[in-house]
Amino acid sequence: MSASAAYIAPDHFLVDELFSEEQKIVRGSIRDWVTRKVKPVIEDHYERAKFPDYLIREMGELGIFGPFIPVEYGGSGLDYISYGLIMQELERGDSGVRSMASVQTSLVMYPIHAFGSEEQRRKYLPKLATGEMIGCFGLTEPNHGSDPGSMVTRFKDMGDHYLLNGAKMWITNSTVADVAVVWAKDEQNVVRGLIVEKGMPGFTAPETHGKWSLRASVTGELVFDNVKVPKENMLPNVKGLKGPLSCLNSARYGIAWGVIGAAMDCYDSALRYALERQQFGKPIAAFQLQQKKLAEALTEITKAQLLAWRLGVLKNEGKVTAAQISMAKRNNVEIALDIARNMRQVLGAMGITNDFPMMRHMMNLESVITYEGTHDVHLLITGNELTGIPAFK
Amino acid sequence: MKILILIGNVPDTTTKVKFNADRTAFDASGVQWIINPWDELALTRAMELKETSGGAVEAVVVANVGRAETEATLRKALAIGADKAIRIDADPKEAGYVASQLATIAAGYDLIMAGIEAADYNGNAVGGMLAEMLGMNSVSAVSGIQIENGQLKINREIDGGSQVVGLPMPLVAIVQKGIAKEPRIPAMRGIMMARSKPLEVVQPIDAAPMTNMVTFEMPPAKAACKMIAEDQAKDLIHLLRDEAKVL
Repeated sequence: MSASAAYIAPDHFLVDELFSEEQKIVRGSIRDWVTRKVKPVIEDHYERAKFPDYLIREMGELGIFGPFIPVEYGGSGLDYISYGLIMQELERGDSGVRSMASVQTSLVMYPIHAFGSEEQRRKYLPKLATGEMIGCFGLTEPNHGSDPGSMVTRFKDMGDHYLLNGAKMWITNSTVADVAVVWAKDEQNVVRGLIVEKGMPGFTAPETHGKWSLRASVTGELVFDNVKVPKENMLPNVKGLKGPLSCLNSARYGIAWGVIGAAMDCYDSALRYALERQQFGKPIAAFQLQQKKLAEALTEITKAQLLAWRLGVLKNEGKVTAAQISMAKRNNVEIALDIARNMRQVLGAMGITNDFPMMRHMMNLESVITYEGTHDVHLLITGNELTGIPAFK
Repeated sequence: MKILILIGNVPDTTTKVKFNADRTAFDASGVQWIINPWDELALTRAMELKETSGGAVEAVVVANVGRAETEATLRKALAIGADKAIRIDADPKEAGYVASQLATIAAGYDLIMAGIEAADYNGNAVGGMLAEMLGMNSVSAVSGIQIENGQLKINREIDGGSQVVGLPMPLVAIVQKGIAKEPRIPAMRGIMMARSKPLEVVQPIDAAPMTNMVTFEMPPAKAACKMIAEDQAKDLIHLLRDEAKVL
């Protein structure tokens, strides 16, 4: 028994038949890359709380960053189901690796492409696509998480530049980022997006230590102390919270797919173990309580796959709603976390070691169930959708 | 210089092998298909040669014999970087038949590469047969190919060492492990670009198969392992001599 035995992805409902050949080639590429490059090093990096940063340029070369961004800006012009499958396969490796790619793609490249000027697109997107530049996204503040509209980070118009003051927290990629897409209020209290570059005087990014989750991913703060931001660094084409919220929609969409990968990895590892581990003279897979755990895991993975696929079709058709993405993110993260816990139990004591991926996925998913809209807030988004009454205000 | 890579469409190597009821054919239901791993290494080396040859390699073409469902495999080869794919629309019945079909499209290439073995039926005859049919040289067990001054420098694995041979083109090289470090993973951009690369479908010629598949047999299931206590060594002798009859 080895955790590195050949991976067999579960596909109980022949969901593969719903994917195009191109989408399957995309998935196969990232699956092979994760098997070759992420799986062998991830436990060690997780333990040392170190992002495998030498993989970033390789991720860029593969086209993992901004796959749906048009080719003329360095993307690959792929569809959203392909993007989802990329996230799924990355998160089979590790949620931290997937988070790095999610932030680069959905929270940095997406807003620059959607809301940026042509000059901004040409300046940043090709380098972000290759991984030559790393990006981060600043919305959450120390005192404003689920309520970003109350943010206190502000900027003043000083005539030839903006003067930015404030702080952002829980920022993936913060310390290694070359550019930060920062959401802050102007003097009329309107939320605007600013591109802040590493090295601008007054801009610092201290690291957040002591995480028991996403340890193979960089998390930190962004601190702005009278930072002079050139006027051409404002994203010209969006005003208000819909800017950052549309970025979060794109990232949440990726998470709804990504976590299926973590769940599949846990399920695959547990199934193999249960078939090989002998107790009372037979494989533990022969016991009903183990079969219950495995059968329920496969059922939930199958439902999550179908939910994600339908979400992808709606997104490709331009019909997807924020509430639909919210429901899929919430459901899929929850089932992935439950599966990680239950599959760990199948392994008994072995399940707590880093010979197997369950504990790492489980701890990662505690972040994933919290970021990009907490589990509770996503439920209230659905509540708002069906009653018309926002219970989170 | 033009390179042709022969591409086998084979079940993923993790596939659980099943046969139909009368055991005359492989049961392909639910099977994931991949590029034959040795062919994938050959394609990877061809791409490396193209990229480092300073324009000497004009084109890398991939070809297979297979029905429409094998196009996904060819599309992946195009995503890896091949310039064009050719599919001969027939069932790849056996090596002689496949080589006869490939011979109709394989003229005009300077280097043809075939994997040393097919991961499905362990076939290994197509490359040699094709060379014979085309009247070309062929070299087997190739673990390295370089282009030097317009000539091919080829490394072969031989018993106890390796051999370096210089050969004029055209040539069929039957390649094995070592030809490339690891198969190239197609990048997203390459996958997108593969959409618009040519995939030509060619009708097969009449060719009689040289062999006929009679039946498939699964290996016998492994018997349960018998454990013998440390102090009962004489039971081992009994089991080996009287039951297993190997002594």
